[in-house]
Amino acid sequence: MIEMINVYKKYPNGIVAANGIDVKIEQGDFVYVVGPSGAGKTTFIKMMYREERPTSGDILINGINLATLKNSKVPHLRRQIGVVFQDFKLLPRLSVYENVAFALEVIEETPKVIRQKVMDVLELVGLKSKARMFPTELSGGEQQRVSIARSIVNTPKLVIADEPTGNLDPETSWEIMNIFEEINARGTTIIMATHNREIVNTIRHRVIAVEGGLITRDEYGGEYGYEG
Amino acid sequence: MKGRTLGRHFRESLKSISRNGWMTFASVSAVTVTLLLVGVFVMIMMNLNKVADDLERDVEIKVYVELTADETAITKLEQEIKETAGVAEATYSPKGDELKKLVVDFGEDLQLFEQQNPLHNVFYAKASNPQETQAVAEKLERLDNTFEVKYGEGKIEKLFTFLNTGRNVGIVLILALLFTAMFLISNTIRITIVARRRDIEIMKLVGATNWFIRIPFILEGMWLGILGAIIPITLVTLLYYNIYKVLAPKLEQGNLFQLLEFSPFIYQVNGLILLMGVLIGIWGSFMSVRKFLRV
Repeated sequence: MIEMINVYKKYPNGIVAANGIDVKIEQGDFVYVVGPSGAGKTTFIKMMYREERPTSGDILINGINLATLKNSKVPHLRRQIGVVFQDFKLLPRLSVYENVAFALEVIEETPKVIRQKVMDVLELVGLKSKARMFPTELSGGEQQRVSIARSIVNTPKLVIADEPTGNLDPETSWEIMNIFEEINARGTTIIMATHNREIVNTIRHRVIAVEGGLITRDEYGGEYGYEG
Repeated sequence: MKGRTLGRHFRESLKSISRNGWMTFASVSAVTVTLLLVGVFVMIMMNLNKVADDLERDVEIKVYVELTADETAITKLEQEIKETAGVAEATYSPKGDELKKLVVDFGEDLQLFEQQNPLHNVFYAKASNPQETQAVAEKLERLDNTFEVKYGEGKIEKLFTFLNTGRNVGIVLILALLFTAMFLISNTIRITIVARRRDIEIMKLVGATNWFIRIPFILEGMWLGILGAIIPITLVTLLYYNIYKVLAPKLEQGNLFQLLEFSPFIYQVNGLILLMGVLIGIWGSFMSVRKFLRV
């Protein structure tokens, strides 16, 4: 479960990206975070995996308070959260297999378990046959699937995605959404920042709209609600 | 950290070496060039130092014994010379031997003096620290039954000043070269790591601890150092082998000074080159990664 209590974030340049956010997200929820560019969406997401620290307020994830979490404990937090990015963030010199395996190597898993889990998750995203290829040899959609595989290989309870379909064509976007649906069906919480109106309006889930650093709308099965 | 993770770091560092192709080549070249310079220079400097030591060791103090001294006085004097602080060794040379030396050097004519030898009996003494020759000579002069003490005053001081300046200049040059080498190599390694700044960010996002990221980079720096040391070690060894083979027999005849023996010296120099390569490689990557870990 995730809880934000009166979260306030002011950047050194004076911009206020969160102006008192209160929100609760239950285990197993699928949440779209929508809103115009520069409204605080990305800050909202980044604070959840402790890329940014709130200026004041508390953020609780499974009982851990990210506002007071020590820097040295951040790696341990990140191992419990899967993160997917618009630009995939794959390691270019590692193969598909090695990219996914990396998330298990950091928790010092045995090679046998690593092989098993990586092949399972690559099968789930449909890339088992491309395990030996390198990211640059793959299409955008395939790269994003590798990135998703990496985020879920450690079976986290929470997956955070920052515009995962932002760089993909519509058809590929739907494929990616199917994978997220499947992960969510297994009980994993998914928080996804998106600009994709069609997806939000078609696959209905909870929608949180962020504007001017505040949550302006929060409804289950809501619409995208912005033009274009 | 578990053992298999350390194994993983080793494999990862080797993989990175081969997959980074040109970056590895650039770093290894920088290491090679600088280590070669350092190696050749150290080789020259240490041999010059050896020559200086040998020259110093050849410095002798010549103690002329009073003509009036009898056998017991000479034995007593020998005892006193050997007991003087700072004297390493002393050998007695009776005036008959002295004359023979002169005959050898200047010709048969001098044999006439065998009837009435005008020379003094002599002790040749060496100071245990050649730099203190003058002080020791002054002490010996104060002993009974010494007629005169000579050690090449004036010339010796000039030689020592020259050798000492040479040594200091050598040390300064080696330090300057080492400093340049470290700067050059760590900069090259830094460039290769800057190119992977994004990788480090990604690793942190996936939950890698700082040491998990750092160790493969440090090991990679170590490999770069080792790879960069191969050519310098080979060349320095070949170079010294050939120089030694040509010069050593010739210097043997001169008997004035010698080069450092090939066998222990070349291992010392090569060990130094390898150690420097490894240390600089590790240091360079450690400093460079440190900068990017503060994400």
